[in-house]
Amino acid sequence: MEAIFLLLIMIAGTGGELCVARAMQTVGALKDFRPATLLRTLGGALRVSWMWIGLLLMAIAFFSLLQMLSLENVSFVVPVTALSYAFGALGGKFFLGEQVTRKRWAGVLLVCIGVSLVFVGKH
Amino acid sequence: MNAQGGVQLRTHLMILLMVILGPLGNVLLGRGMKQIGAVTTWNADEIFHFLSLLSTSLSVWLGVGCLLAFFIAYMLILSWADYSYVQPVSAMAYGVVALLAHFFLGEAVSPLRWAGVLVICMGVFVIGYTPQRTRGSA
Repeated sequence: MEAIFLLLIMIAGTGGELCVARAMQTVGALKDFRPATLLRTLGGALRVSWMWIGLLLMAIAFFSLLQMLSLENVSFVVPVTALSYAFGALGGKFFLGEQVTRKRWAGVLLVCIGVSLVFVGKH
Repeated sequence: MNAQGGVQLRTHLMILLMVILGPLGNVLLGRGMKQIGAVTTWNADEIFHFLSLLSTSLSVWLGVGCLLAFFIAYMLILSWADYSYVQPVSAMAYGVVALLAHFFLGEAVSPLRWAGVLVICMGVFVIGYTPQRTRGSA
């Protein structure tokens, strides 16, 4: 069950951020930071369905995080969520067609090694 | 102080806030959730009970407040500083969360876990120093 919540934190969290990013790209870049502009941008973002899908996914990730924090130590859960970088790189390559550089894969590999050490250090 | 010095000071202060607020939010959520406990049976009564405990937990509210403040600080800093600078620097948060969990919550952090956190920080740092855009115009 814990593995499912960890996967939900990472997959739903990354998916949520991708959907929100897509919604914000549809709305367009913020020209200034006046309250009226901020409200107009926020209103525009809430009219994009990707934003609602993103918020739903982020809510799922948040409640999964809460559930994990009640089961495991913070010093275990938070470092493990760094695996999101690996999901982000894989998602970028296979779903968005981005070119992931060798250097970025090296970083992802380091994150995975670090998370493995955190897992092994649990016991 | 010249304008560039002012921006640098503002950037450093904001990063300090982010590196403290994010981990503090997670640690406070962790403390609150340890007191509340996990949902074990997924029936409506237990979920309602869980949500009512959640909404009355001071630690959870403070944790959510810290994470919200972290998010605002993150959005603000990205309006003037490069993402490629902010992202690797904020990798320090993984170290801070382990330190806070150890000293604030009294969690036992094994040497292997410390090593893991350090390697994760290095990994995020390396990812942060890769090109931000690999398609279209750079």
